[in-house]
Amino acid sequence: MSVKVASEWLNSCSGCEISVVDMGERLLDVLQMAEFVHIPALMDHKYFGQLGDGRHLEIPEADVGLISGGIRNEEHLEVAKEMRAKCKVIIALGTCATHGGIPALCNSYRNEEILERAFGTETTDPNAFEPEEPLPHLLDACHALDEHIQVDLYMPGCPPHPDHVFSALTALVRGTAPELPGKSVCDTCPTVREGKGQLKALRRFVQSPHYGAPDEPLEKMRCLLEQGFLCMGPVTRAGCGGDKVTPRCISARVPCRGCYGPVQHDGNQMVDMLNALASNGIDVRSLPEHVSLLRFSGAHRRLRPKRQRKEA
Amino acid sequence: MAREIHIQPITRIEGHASIQIQLDDAGEVRDARVNIMSLRGFEKFIEGKPAEEVPRIVSRICGICPWMHHLASNKAVDRCFGVTPPPAGRKLRELMQTIAHAEDKLLHFFFLAAADFVIGPDADYAVRNVIGIAKANPELAQKVVQMRYKTKMILEKFAGKAIHPVAGVVGGFAKPMTEEDRREILAQMRELLDFALFTLEFAKEKVFPPYLDAIQTLGVIRTGFMGTVDDDGALNLYDGKIRLMKADGSYTDFDAQDYTDYLGEHVEPYSYGKMPYAKAWNEGFSLDLEEPKGIYRVNTLARINVADKMATPRAQAELEEFRERFGRPAQATLLYHWARLIEEVYACEHAIELLEDPEICSPEVRTPAEPKAGRGVGCVEAPRGTLIHDYSTDENGCITRANLIVGTTHNIGPMNMSVKQAAKSLIHEGKVDEGMLNRIEMAVRAYDP
Repeated sequence: MSVKVASEWLNSCSGCEISVVDMGERLLDVLQMAEFVHIPALMDHKYFGQLGDGRHLEIPEADVGLISGGIRNEEHLEVAKEMRAKCKVIIALGTCATHGGIPALCNSYRNEEILERAFGTETTDPNAFEPEEPLPHLLDACHALDEHIQVDLYMPGCPPHPDHVFSALTALVRGTAPELPGKSVCDTCPTVREGKGQLKALRRFVQSPHYGAPDEPLEKMRCLLEQGFLCMGPVTRAGCGGDKVTPRCISARVPCRGCYGPVQHDGNQMVDMLNALASNGIDVRSLPEHVSLLRFSGAHRRLRPKRQRKEA
Repeated sequence: MAREIHIQPITRIEGHASIQIQLDDAGEVRDARVNIMSLRGFEKFIEGKPAEEVPRIVSRICGICPWMHHLASNKAVDRCFGVTPPPAGRKLRELMQTIAHAEDKLLHFFFLAAADFVIGPDADYAVRNVIGIAKANPELAQKVVQMRYKTKMILEKFAGKAIHPVAGVVGGFAKPMTEEDRREILAQMRELLDFALFTLEFAKEKVFPPYLDAIQTLGVIRTGFMGTVDDDGALNLYDGKIRLMKADGSYTDFDAQDYTDYLGEHVEPYSYGKMPYAKAWNEGFSLDLEEPKGIYRVNTLARINVADKMATPRAQAELEEFRERFGRPAQATLLYHWARLIEEVYACEHAIELLEDPEICSPEVRTPAEPKAGRGVGCVEAPRGTLIHDYSTDENGCITRANLIVGTTHNIGPMNMSVKQAAKSLIHEGKVDEGMLNRIEMAVRAYDP
């Protein structure tokens, strides 16, 4: 049986699409069982007809719609709504689609501030930028998909591991429910935890963590958080290691920054992390700033511009 | 009657762009433009973030070339904090970047661009893509998918994450390479070099020949070029001086730290992407097809045009053959594809060189750093062109100001010119068909935006 698949990318970087391609030879199996009807990354189906003379944005009907990226401008919103209208199942692919992702860091600023900087750098010619048709207007913030359309399946990850993309697609073809990991990164991390220690403050990641010989297995390295480095493992959903499980950043001996989003869909990575640190007696003021704790999940109004002082 | 055609979205590229073609009453092309449709605002929102975290944030500018942003950013942060990576740390960064280049070029050639040549520019859109290639030539498709996957998995296995990497760290690299890793990756890169040489021969024999006329005409414009070379004038992807060449072949070299003296960025209301130009030429900015001003190009063709030579033997032989046929600087836009495959050979050869150097296995991979106030420009050659990250930090080591010039951005002006040239030469009396519109997109795809 073949399923029709439509795929779109919105406020994103294309990493999710590349992760789909990174399935290796399983990609050829996917191409056997799925018929792509729309995927701008790989295929030339156009919004306004193949001759560009249509009046309305149109995406063909499909069984499964994959959407990566959040919703940041009017075009993203129009495309997301058209995908919802034409696809039976919508998968939010990647953390930008599920929680805003890195681009939602823009939510700490007003659009004017962002435009002012982008078009006011030291190399930019000093003439004001006034966007014209057909450039889409920016929305007030970068939104997760479910702030505008109904989402049937959430597949976070920056990017989602190809193992999970493959198993989700095969499950949908078979008509079964895809299984995705629901634990935290710490639950899947092989490093050694010795329990509550004497740690009072965190260090910046400007030096190497301690480990033995270059080939010493991760099972022998002490937990990076216990070594005093901020690691978002406790408040981040597991899955980045795919079927091999070991978290990917940890395997490079680098602490987790939370790219799979919160463990529970509506969790708050910043609040949960600060609580976790405080309850272990660690001074949260030792962190240089806190906004970065929401770097992957700043949509859903978690990050907002600082309120402007009212003029007296 | 005057009308407007929208090619929306431009497909088989990375990101969001469209083409606007305006026809006059006679159905002739009055103007054609490329619209860059989105803006994310990285320059603003990395402000206030601890600088050592930024290489893990800006990687998300591009999921196809995250290693480039990651490493340019690391180089900028090193300078802000005044720290120099030890030799092995530097070499591991360069190795990862070089392997990422090798993977990227396979992706672009086979997955994005080849269908226009192998399946044909006029073929139905449903088959004019990598899926069509897989059905038409399953053996080749399997080999391509395997080779690309293996290359990507080298990065993933050694460095943890291949997409949105984390292994570059301020002061060097996050982990050393073991002798076992080195041998395994070396064997894989030798296999990839064979495949790169096969790909180039395959392209020269089977892919390009039917299109030699199109190569000499489609999207052809006359511009300057920019790329990075080392002290010998050989092409260098990781580090060196920036060479800015005029269309007549004369050039100036400059240090990336001084980029603001040489480059400016022009703004147009129809594009969220800015258009860099050569401010140092003192001629202003114009996209006029006959007399462009300030316009230079980057990416593969530009790099092999500005370089005096290639540092590795097989790539050098290919460059000599290329120059014999097309001259220096070569201007034909579709030659970007050919240049890309020469660079593919270079990337494989250079990765092998790096892996044959025993120093790459030194356990000294990272110099400890202290957050502090400073300024640093980090620059690498991304697959899509010269990539510049420029940061300032406060005494707490957090970003106070950032300016980014991303590889593809340099080519936005030239893409506008190539699209206009292609549209003007293809569309007459208001007659338009799918093949024509796809050819106009091919003029964009060559730049691999």
